[in-house]
Amino acid sequence: MPAQPERADPLITMEGVDKWYGEFHALRGVNIEVRRGEKIVLCGPSGSGKSTLIRCINHLEAVQKGRIVVDGISLDDSARAVDAVRREVGMVFQSFNLFPHMTVLQNCTLAPMRVRGLNQAEAEATARKYLERVRIGEQAAKYPAQLSGGQQQRVAIARALCMEPKVMLFDEPTSALDPEMVKEVLDTMIGLARDGMTMVCVTHEMGFARQVADRVIFMADGEILEEAAPETFFKNPQHPRARTFLGEILAHH
Amino acid sequence: MGAPEFLFLLQGLKWTVLLSAIGFVGGGIVGLLVALARTSGQPLLERGTAAYIALFQGTPLLMQLFVVYYGLALVGLELESWQAVAIGFTANSSAFLGDIWRGSIEAVPKGQTEAAKALSLSYVSRMRDVILPQAIQISLPATVGFLVQLIKGTSLASIVGFTELARAGNIVSNQTFKPLLVYAVIGVMYFALCWPLSLLGSWLERRIAAPTR
Repeated sequence: MPAQPERADPLITMEGVDKWYGEFHALRGVNIEVRRGEKIVLCGPSGSGKSTLIRCINHLEAVQKGRIVVDGISLDDSARAVDAVRREVGMVFQSFNLFPHMTVLQNCTLAPMRVRGLNQAEAEATARKYLERVRIGEQAAKYPAQLSGGQQQRVAIARALCMEPKVMLFDEPTSALDPEMVKEVLDTMIGLARDGMTMVCVTHEMGFARQVADRVIFMADGEILEEAAPETFFKNPQHPRARTFLGEILAHH
Repeated sequence: MGAPEFLFLLQGLKWTVLLSAIGFVGGGIVGLLVALARTSGQPLLERGTAAYIALFQGTPLLMQLFVVYYGLALVGLELESWQAVAIGFTANSSAFLGDIWRGSIEAVPKGQTEAAKALSLSYVSRMRDVILPQAIQISLPATVGFLVQLIKGTSLASIVGFTELARAGNIVSNQTFKPLLVYAVIGVMYFALCWPLSLLGSWLERRIAAPTR
């Protein structure tokens, strides 16, 4: 059982969420609750809708049906609700998406200054704290292109943390990395999990899921097919699609 | 060709520079608005600016200056020739610069916008801090190229009564009967304006790109 959360209400609730891209039904009746402090790993074959799902949480994608509530804010399509939710939700992308024309430090101070209204000194102090935490403090003056992929992704994590979000979303954070750099990013994420951050991760790193996740959610064809604690899910998957998926994934590891 | 003729040509050069500056500053300001409207995601704004760009790119600048100066006078709106030229060049440049910058904004990877949105940055901050600095870098070669075209295109202002460099050259050539010499001199003058710009453009490109490579 996960540690008792401070507040009982869930941090993220999705109820009966449906999403279409034109004719394509990307999410089908998705229901999810994420409690405060909980770590969730979303997995499933490509095209199963797992990335779409987490992109709906901070409204990078709009949904056609259903209800999404984040930290008590109901996500309608109003700019006000969207901004309020995004302030509390950090996101890390597969392709890092650092701002290439800014230094590492500037990448980390931009949003806190523009959105949280910190002055430069405060924003830089926050940035240096989180850059140290992802163990990349000495690279603050460099530009993203001067860093390795693993270092860039750790900067991206620090950049999101600088907004002091209540939940972090990870969209396949290690999929674009060379194998030798996967570990440094996963270690950073494990550290974050240990510190009590609420996390929703789309990843195929099953070792990470086993070590960190409170729950694993398996999706296919836009539907949630199985939801279980990692030991249960990996030892004894119930759904035939989950069994096939695990067979394929574990054969490669 | 003596000193008075040369001074006359320099007067023409002054107007050429001024007209280019008007076209570039006016066209730049309106062009930025056009580019932002064209990429706004608002169907009405996007279609309106698409039509604006198509209209001014699809008709000759000569005709546009003609319509602004003589056409508007026909419907009772009489403009000074400098006003007509300022309006004509601003409208024409804004269509071309707007389209160049629209393309550059769209060439910035989508992930940049998504990352900025995920950080809760407002539209203004997203554009000013994240998208436009990268779009400007992408657009530099085309923007400088357009500016050079614009300088040479100012010769068309002569039809509404401006004695800019090309027109001045024409007058001097008719007086001195030395067309080869006169046109060689104004050729050098145009070149002296345009070439440093091209150099400045490539210098800027290198300077801006250096740290991000």
